[in-house]
Amino acid sequence: MTDITPHGGHDQQPAKLGYSPRADIEHRLRLADTDPKAARRAERQVTSMFLLSMVFVVLFVVAYIGIDPSTEVYIPVFGLTSALNIALGLTLGLAIFLIGAGAIQWAKKLMPDVEVVQQRHDQLSPDSDTQEAAANYERGKEESGFARFRMLRRTLIGALIVFPIPLVIMLKDLWVPTPEEEGKSPADILSTTLWTADMRIVSDGTYKPVRPEDLPVGGLISAVPADLQEVEELQGNLNARGKAAIILVRMEPDEIRAQQGDGWDYQGILAYSKICTHVGCPIALYEQRTHHLLCPCHQSTFDLADAGNVVFGPAARRMPQLQIGVDAEGYLVAKSDFAEPVGPSFWERG
Amino acid sequence: MTTTSPVEKAGGATAQYVDKRIGSNKFLSRNLGKVFPDHWSFMLGEIALYSFIVVLLTGVFLTLWFKPSMVEVVYDGSYVPLQGIKMSEAYASALDISFDVRGGMLLRQMHHWAALIFVAAMAVHMFRVFFTGAFRKPREFNWLIGVGLTTLGLLAGFSGYSLPDDLLSGTGLQIARGIMQAAPIVGTWAAFLLFGGEFPGTDFISRLYSVHILLIPGLILGLVTAHLMLVWTQKHTQFPGPGRTNDNVVGYPLLPVYMAKAGGFFFIVFGIIALVGGLVTINPIWIFGPFTPDQVSAGSQPDWYIGFLDGALRMMPNWESSFWGITISWNIIIPAMILPGLMFTALGLYPFLESWLTGDKREHNLLDRPRNAPVRTGIGVMAITFYALLWVGGANDIIATAFDLSINSIIWFLRVSIFILPPIAFVVTKRICLGLQRRDRDKLLHGYESGRVLRLPHGEFIEVHQPLSAKDLAVITAKTDVAPLPAPEKADADGVRNKHYRIGTLRHRLSTAFFGDNVARPTDAEIEAGQHHAEHDAALEAPLHEYEDADQISPGRGGALHHPGMAETNAEQMDERSQH
Ligand code: HEM
Ligand code: FES
Repeated sequence: MTDITPHGGHDQQPAKLGYSPRADIEHRLRLADTDPKAARRAERQVTSMFLLSMVFVVLFVVAYIGIDPSTEVYIPVFGLTSALNIALGLTLGLAIFLIGAGAIQWAKKLMPDVEVVQQRHDQLSPDSDTQEAAANYERGKEESGFARFRMLRRTLIGALIVFPIPLVIMLKDLWVPTPEEEGKSPADILSTTLWTADMRIVSDGTYKPVRPEDLPVGGLISAVPADLQEVEELQGNLNARGKAAIILVRMEPDEIRAQQGDGWDYQGILAYSKICTHVGCPIALYEQRTHHLLCPCHQSTFDLADAGNVVFGPAARRMPQLQIGVDAEGYLVAKSDFAEPVGPSFWERG
Repeated sequence: MTTTSPVEKAGGATAQYVDKRIGSNKFLSRNLGKVFPDHWSFMLGEIALYSFIVVLLTGVFLTLWFKPSMVEVVYDGSYVPLQGIKMSEAYASALDISFDVRGGMLLRQMHHWAALIFVAAMAVHMFRVFFTGAFRKPREFNWLIGVGLTTLGLLAGFSGYSLPDDLLSGTGLQIARGIMQAAPIVGTWAAFLLFGGEFPGTDFISRLYSVHILLIPGLILGLVTAHLMLVWTQKHTQFPGPGRTNDNVVGYPLLPVYMAKAGGFFFIVFGIIALVGGLVTINPIWIFGPFTPDQVSAGSQPDWYIGFLDGALRMMPNWESSFWGITISWNIIIPAMILPGLMFTALGLYPFLESWLTGDKREHNLLDRPRNAPVRTGIGVMAITFYALLWVGGANDIIATAFDLSINSIIWFLRVSIFILPPIAFVVTKRICLGLQRRDRDKLLHGYESGRVLRLPHGEFIEVHQPLSAKDLAVITAKTDVAPLPAPEKADADGVRNKHYRIGTLRHRLSTAFFGDNVARPTDAEIEAGQHHAEHDAALEAPLHEYEDADQISPGRGGALHHPGMAETNAEQMDERSQH
């Protein structure tokens, strides 16, 4: 054979069959190179890995058929998990892994471990090729008249530049405004919410109107406008909720140091937007001792006793406050929509 | 001496059939014996490739059951806690995959784990390429492709884990939308177009879906193909070692060794991903619940590769300017647009920058040892430190709870250290590299210190230096010294002003900074003398002849035959040796 067989010496014939010559590096023989018994052991080892792989495929099928998907098992470290998932993962994983382990073992123990050498070649094309390419280019330029027909060239380039415009224009209808959105810019739409004067405040989840007595001092309620459910039904999306969600908190009236408008609270009950002014996460962490509202996304902190101003974190704007009062039946209502856009800033916001 | 089986005959006939039509044997003849160098760090790219294949495979399976729709449905699957709850069809189908499709959970978890491993392997592979200088000429294109692949990998992952429409992924999308909206001029329009109106709308998941399963994987596949074709034609780089030069490749031929090892390794990676997918829960969407824009779970964390962006957002001071009716949200534009833009641009440009400032236009097929390019290594560690600090920022709430620290002080610590620690990392790394270079030089000049002390007959103690092994010698001497670019002349001999004087001076300074501190490689003569000296040192240690029974052979006791004319006593022998 040729010089990449492990037993070959340095003085072998030069490369045959396109094989590369072995590298001139010291090389130690492996056990399997010298001892036929060791070679047979390695062969048996690899064979059993391939066999085992097939066994695991059978076990996979057995598990797939035999294990009920709802069975759970407790495995130390990994906790309580689906028995089927573990069984399938183990059998499939081992079936595949063993093929790889076998192949590598085969390569390591039984294939030649002698390094060989190949010469590299310059990436540069030979001069003749470069010249031929250049000549062809010149010929093409000459024959097409690309250089001579100036108008032809310019109009072609012009046409190629403008032809993608329709493709871009068609992207406009990625957003088809709803009838209510018709004629409004994104900035307009972002600047209004469902809240209107005398809209009842209902608690999120139960959709029950809220009375001042429902909220003890120090308490917090997530709330939405009374007509939200109806609107969501109508629109078939969660857009209105994403802007109108608020939190109600109650503190002693003398704890309130500042508000966004005079008397916007109702007996110490304050309503603030729930949507972070940083990049829009809903906020829920409220520390009643400090009156701080903390956003879980990037930890912007707002002081609800101080007009919702930012006390820490990357948010630049205060939390918008909703002016509230009670209606004739004693339920909490909004006095108007928010005075400023809720949620993250945007270019046209001013 | 070998027999040809019927299968082989058929195979041969097929090869002929194909060859007559596409000339494939030309390719085979050239490439079946192609040589691939071997090193553990060359497997990092392979891991990335194989985990990508697993991602493709499991992803195709997921598409068979996943429904990318935001239409509201009421869940009636077998996961009890969520039964009867309204949710999007996307989320419901992801739950079905997890609980009602046998093996579906395994596929989901394998897909997710493979995605995490894919991005991680790309990152570490990139470190390897960077620190060994494998990006140098002629491999700059592959570096650029790699940067593109990493970027696409992040997008693929983000678009993927946003699909199931659970509370965690929805929060991620909400943040992405908030960032988009802050973009100058086009922000609100871009957001409205992409989401089909306000957030969350009903279009986004299905739009994201085609991006996730078609657009991005297609681009990745194309780039991966180009990447591998370039590796194939340019041939792999290799580490310095005996017999290895800039003009050859030393390693194993494609057939059979490399094919068996690389092919086997694919199955190993695949198998391990299946095992991990079976054993370790990832992204338990059923715990998070369906998405709604007014709820969030505390301590929510994105996948690891998005963490640095999250950290940047958290660390940024809350700057914003409003004037003339417009708002510029620096607190978002800087960390979420400018910073990643700069990071990836710098990454992409680095090879060109380095070759420009060093004036190095040679082809490099032999890798640098990181210590031999102290400035580059320093820059790499500096960048990693910078990235790591951003990443720590992304986990500040978790760190705060785990170590009972205040988030406030962590953020302030990070805001300061992001400017201080990376330069420190640079200086320290460079020093360490230079120290290692000095040690290498000592090894060449004196051999390596064996740690054994020998007392010479005249009472002197020496530490025995041993000559380097052929491998060490080849590795260490592969270092080449490059002179920095010379300082330019202000004017040439005829007094004509040098138009490039300023830029020339800049390059002179930069390249001096790059190479200037390197420890010079000793000359070949010095190395030879040093190694010879060490050999002599080592010879001092050789067992002494036994002079008492010198005329008897006593192999059992290590005795040696005494030849006439040989030194007689131990003292004589040692004297003789130390005279050399
Ligand atoms: C290009 C690299 C890709 C990456 C990094 C990636 C990553 C991800 C990740 C992290 C998820 C979330 C899985 C979870 O629920 O925990 C996901 C979901 C998904 N991916 Fe991929 N993916 C890639 C390519 C593909 C391809 C090529 C397909 C299909 C042809 C695909 C199909 C899907 C589907 C259908 C889902 C949603 C199913 C579910 O979440 O249960 N992905 N992907
Ligand atoms: S979204 Fe609230 S701090 Fe970022």
